[in-house]
Amino acid sequence: MDELISLVNWSRGQFALTAMYHWIFVPITLGLTIMIAIMHTHYYKTDNDEWKKMTKFWMKLLIINFILGVATGIILVFEFGTNWSNYSWFVGDIFGAPLAIEGILAFFMEATFIAVMIFGWDRVSKKLHLISTWLVAIGSNLSALWILIANAWMQHPIGTVFNPATARNEMINFWDIALSPVAINKFLHTTTSSYVVASLFVISVSSWYLLKKRHIFIAKKSMLIAAIFGFISSIMTIFTGDSSVYQVAQKQPMKLAAMEGLYEGKTSAGLVTIGILNPKKDINNDEKPYYFKIEIPYLLSLLSYRDADAYVPGINDLIYGNEEQQILSAEEKIARGNIAIETLKQYQNAKKQNDTNALANLGKKFDPNTKVGDYFLNNYFRYFGYGYLSSPHELIPNIALTFYSFHIMVSLGFLFILLFLLVFIYVWKDTIENKNILLYISLWSVLFGFIASQSGWIVSEVGRQPWIIQDLMPTVAGVTQLSVSNVQITFILFAIIFTTLLIAELSIMFNQIRKGP
Amino acid sequence: MFEQLSYSTLQGYWWLIISILGATLVFMMFVLGGQTLIYTLGKKEPQLSLIIKEIGIRWDLTFTNLVVFCGTIFAAFPLFYSTSFGGAYWLWMLILFTFVLQVVSYGFRNKAKNFLGAKTYEWFLFLNGLFGTISLGVVIGTLFTGGNFVHDEMNFMRWTTNWHGIEAFFNIKNLLLGLSIFFLARTLALLYLINRVSDIHIQDASKKHLIINAPIFFVLFFTFILCICLGNGYTLDPETQIVFIQKYKYFKNFIELPWLGTIFLIGILLLIFGVLIPFLKNKKLENKGIWLAGFGCFFTILSLFLCLGYNNTVFYPSLVDMQSSLTIYNASSSKYTLVVMSYVSLLIPFIAAYIIYTSRLLLKKSFTANETSSDNNIF
Repeated sequence: MDELISLVNWSRGQFALTAMYHWIFVPITLGLTIMIAIMHTHYYKTDNDEWKKMTKFWMKLLIINFILGVATGIILVFEFGTNWSNYSWFVGDIFGAPLAIEGILAFFMEATFIAVMIFGWDRVSKKLHLISTWLVAIGSNLSALWILIANAWMQHPIGTVFNPATARNEMINFWDIALSPVAINKFLHTTTSSYVVASLFVISVSSWYLLKKRHIFIAKKSMLIAAIFGFISSIMTIFTGDSSVYQVAQKQPMKLAAMEGLYEGKTSAGLVTIGILNPKKDINNDEKPYYFKIEIPYLLSLLSYRDADAYVPGINDLIYGNEEQQILSAEEKIARGNIAIETLKQYQNAKKQNDTNALANLGKKFDPNTKVGDYFLNNYFRYFGYGYLSSPHELIPNIALTFYSFHIMVSLGFLFILLFLLVFIYVWKDTIENKNILLYISLWSVLFGFIASQSGWIVSEVGRQPWIIQDLMPTVAGVTQLSVSNVQITFILFAIIFTTLLIAELSIMFNQIRKGP
Repeated sequence: MFEQLSYSTLQGYWWLIISILGATLVFMMFVLGGQTLIYTLGKKEPQLSLIIKEIGIRWDLTFTNLVVFCGTIFAAFPLFYSTSFGGAYWLWMLILFTFVLQVVSYGFRNKAKNFLGAKTYEWFLFLNGLFGTISLGVVIGTLFTGGNFVHDEMNFMRWTTNWHGIEAFFNIKNLLLGLSIFFLARTLALLYLINRVSDIHIQDASKKHLIINAPIFFVLFFTFILCICLGNGYTLDPETQIVFIQKYKYFKNFIELPWLGTIFLIGILLLIFGVLIPFLKNKKLENKGIWLAGFGCFFTILSLFLCLGYNNTVFYPSLVDMQSSLTIYNASSSKYTLVVMSYVSLLIPFIAAYIIYTSRLLLKKSFTANETSSDNNIF
């Protein structure tokens, strides 16, 4: 068992390492491609060489950034199979389709037109060149759409049915998956927050030029575009963030409890805006959960259930159960999950022995159109994944990591709005170059953009542990059965390669920025 | 439209798409083949940069093709994806590592302050060309020779050796195909350079090296074909769904499906003609070898993939538990998923059209040696 836990942790570590490196480059690509397309459009309309210079300059930075985004992206695709093979089979029927569409539609569009965008200045017509730039922006955002649809399905499985004959989930309605409210919201929240990071990147580089009194025209125009784009994106991020909290409350209550460090459920729950957790607190003791906190009354209930007096379940409710609130205990869910797994095994045995009577009877339990099936699927099979857990405590994610990541992300998100607003006002008034303090803050702001963006993913992914697919498959069941040393070696290799390449990328990027447009 | 098709027809359709993507990927390996020739043909600048520029102008398509090939396998045949990727861990990791090196090398090599130096990135390209082609060939070889896996009642895979894919390199048939793909990639790269580069030194050197690489490819490849045609194959009994060993299975596939044998023969003939063309005394034709050989490569590899999937053939045999072996019937996604994806596949010709159109626009003008030192582009 220890060996398995170690394997799961190393495999999770490897995937997290890859995903976190990948996510350094993706937000910039998603937002910068759109800002470049706006700049290119302006050049197309005005024929002003300064705008051409500006477009080309940001394109150069985009490409430097794009390279490692591509390199780390392919590793993620492979790692689904290499490190999470059981999971790949279990969800291949659902997850594969968005991935294939992403490849066929988005990747080829991105790869084809990025070449035209780079080489096209003297080789294709101005119109086709501009169209190519926009298609790169659309293609990169489209590729984000499909992978986020897949991720949203893992958070909230929908539009599928379990087929006992193949022992996997199978898609029954593509549109339910593609247009699931969780998927749409996830896409919007992720892309708009990425635009915020990209805007901070543009503002940061431009601030440096203003501080150095170089490339004033390009720096100011770039800042103006980024401030407007960033401000609009930030506002959208707040709205989609609000929807995310609402959805998490409905679908992943444990994640919400971890985000707020909420051990005891309560009605009219307040939202902790700032707080320091007590590290000694866990579910088995009566320590206070916080050393210190500032709370806005009623807000958590209001955000989570659109009702200021609603009951928000805490970690204790979700582990020990709460009859009054009709919440099953984790132990009960584990017991029901075991029954679901046992029933599936019986079905598989009957299939092996060609026992048609048993197959027909057991088959009904997995058929949502029969009364027996409806009952079994809603009361037992929905807890299928719990059957793989050995203790209720495995259901509690890392509270501190989730809590602090959530609060850092939200706090920084609000500060960015203020920054975009100030930058916009002073660029508009044409006095930005005199505001040295603001320029220095802007210069370093991109770092905080990355911190906020990475924190968002930590909330999303660490907060839903131990699930790889919510309630259906824990990470311990989805992992490829390898010896730990294999994964340790690849983890170390990836860490070395990524870090070396990141240094190379930053060195090239800084040099290009120093060189200027 | 696709809803009317039977499940098995859809499975066959998706195996065809996988085969097309696989064949295209092997053809696109000429980029990798070229990477192994950079020091052989471009001993000094500006030839070195010119070769990298010409070979690498569409490296992104090779890379994208690989991603889409793997993604499509995941979507259409998830049990193969989980079995091969999870089981032959080190084999896929090797491919992965070398392709990561490719991406960064094309992106960073000619950039100032690139931390590792241009020479290191050139070596990365060489390593990608060497190990990328051989490993991919070995992976395809395992579809004929099998893997050490077994599935439990949940269809979860267990690999029964601790080598996790490295053992595939010790199988002579896999190795033969791996080396064949390596020399095929080099042959195609030489033909491509003869077509694209006007530099007389590179032209002459390419022809000289074609005389060495092409015959080695043919010898290795024909030996591989002989081995698989004269050896055993794995068959599925469509009635009982039981897998059993059949003598000369792959050879029989080429005979029992005459169109398949025809595609294979056409492919081989085109390859041979493509390789011979540069040595004809016809100035108009001598640089057109890449077209014939390119199509030849595509048809040959396509027929190999189709031979694996059609005619009740097992396309990934288990060496441990024969009944865990994979066919296009037991490894595929559900009918509903295949139907959904089939509608998406209707876009493939449109995508191919815009790729060809934009490539023609970009390639209309050859790159000059001077252009390669410019920092207006990424390669």
